[in-house]
Amino acid sequence: MKADWSTFWPKVVDATGETVYMVLITLALSTVLGLAVGLALYATRKGGVLPNRLVHAVLGTFINVIRPVPFIIAIVALAPVTRAVVGTMIGTDAAVFPMTIVATFGIARIVESNLLSVEPGVIEAARSMGAGPLRILLTVLVPEALGPLVLGLTFMLVALIDFSAVAGTVGGGGVGNLAMTYGYLRFDTSVMVVTVLVLIALVQSAQFLGDRVSRRILRR
Amino acid sequence: MTAAIELRGVRKEFPGGAVAVDDVSLTVGAGSVFGVVGHSGAGKSTLLRLVNGLEEPTAGSVLLDGQDLAALGERRLRPVRRDIGMIFQQFNLFRSRTVLGNVTYPLRLAGLDRAAARARAEETLDFVGLAGHGKRYPEQLSGGQRQRVGIARALATRPKVLLCDEATSALDPQTTGEVLALLRRVNRELGVTILLITHEMEVVRTLCDRVAVMEDGRVVESGEVYEVFARPAHPTTAAFVRSALHGEPDGPLLERLRARHPGRLVTVPVVDGAAVLDDLSPLLRENGVDFTLVHGGVAEVRGRPLGSVTLALRGGDAAVEAVVRGLAAPAQREAGVR
Repeated sequence: MKADWSTFWPKVVDATGETVYMVLITLALSTVLGLAVGLALYATRKGGVLPNRLVHAVLGTFINVIRPVPFIIAIVALAPVTRAVVGTMIGTDAAVFPMTIVATFGIARIVESNLLSVEPGVIEAARSMGAGPLRILLTVLVPEALGPLVLGLTFMLVALIDFSAVAGTVGGGGVGNLAMTYGYLRFDTSVMVVTVLVLIALVQSAQFLGDRVSRRILRR
Repeated sequence: MTAAIELRGVRKEFPGGAVAVDDVSLTVGAGSVFGVVGHSGAGKSTLLRLVNGLEEPTAGSVLLDGQDLAALGERRLRPVRRDIGMIFQQFNLFRSRTVLGNVTYPLRLAGLDRAAARARAEETLDFVGLAGHGKRYPEQLSGGQRQRVGIARALATRPKVLLCDEATSALDPQTTGEVLALLRRVNRELGVTILLITHEMEVVRTLCDRVAVMEDGRVVESGEVYEVFARPAHPTTAAFVRSALHGEPDGPLLERLRARHPGRLVTVPVVDGAAVLDDLSPLLRENGVDFTLVHGGVAEVRGRPLGSVTLALRGGDAAVEAVVRGLAAPAQREAGVR
């Protein structure tokens, strides 16, 4: 049974809305959490503004354990936790939870590496003015690294669109779910093509937006 | 003169055993300009960072206005640092902030409200000659302008002490001169004590009252700038002095001079207060000796002349000998006999 496009378009629109919702909520949550973890990771490293070997090692190891797990496995593995936290394992809200967990640690590494690229001399200048560690992190390091940080977040945003499609295949809703249930399971090539085009359009817009914002921040 | 900065037997050893600063004692008088000169790796940078507590001494003490920094923890050091400005070779400006944003940063840190910080920042930018540049970003400025922003940012909180870390080493000679002139104004008009480190003796010559020469973490010589320039005791000091005064011919040049000029080559030092050069003219006349000026240079060090001239003397052997002996002031040095 092929899709009847007169009734199918609204489904595409709804699914796109769900995808955008999942991705944006996840991005917002994981940016806040990832920034916190990334700052902690950066600050506690040897020679950092708040060196602490134990905290740094624990955080680093934890991230390295989470990150290599394929996302589809992470969703399944985290399912019991998802149910405990969100109350359900199915639907867009349920998908947001594992997406946020995985994205948080990805963003943490992005934050860490971008902060490391800030020139040490600038930090020294702030220290010489009497700025404390927390103030240096928030008023010097983050603003100085903001341009590349936004590009890093854009990278994560694109990855999240991909994640959301994966989540959709295991009951997460959105464009991925549409592609799975109508395109893949019913061998409907036209649905496949449309869903892929929607995903491409989303990725393009995300990248365009990220480029513009970072360009503005970097003034080039 | 009271001491603004005093270092007593300061030693800094890094983990791994490298000793950057080794038993250094020096006193920087309030309102003076003190230069520390040395090659890279001599420990100057570390020395400077000990003064505002960016580095902690392994032994010895660092006193600021008589207060021992070691007695303060990191937290209590922060307000002290606001009384010590610091500028850097690479300027270290915040690229994410405008010129005004850079200069207001330390003021906001010191607790000024937005309006007061802005007013003070604009006043300071005016002092360094950057009025009207507040809205620009560091990358839109020339190197000299960036260092002026650095100076404005360091002076905004009206510190008593300014630390300069190779502040002119990244600048071209003309810009260097402008920045040095600005630093002189900072010292004279604002009464700010300046401690600077440099590898350029020229900076010491034009700006400093006193100088210390560092090698391998130790101070090998120190004193009033003119005295050190006129009578360097340590070979490293002598080499630095030669880099700023080009008066005295060295080996290969001396060979070329000998090949070019007949007669006996004599180098006569020009030192303020020693009248060697004044004796020369009558001595030559009395002995019937002719001369050619073959090399030399006289510079001004802290408003006093310093340098040397090299002459080729021509005449009878006995007459030339008489002139050389006649010049036998203690400072006179013979360059060689052809």
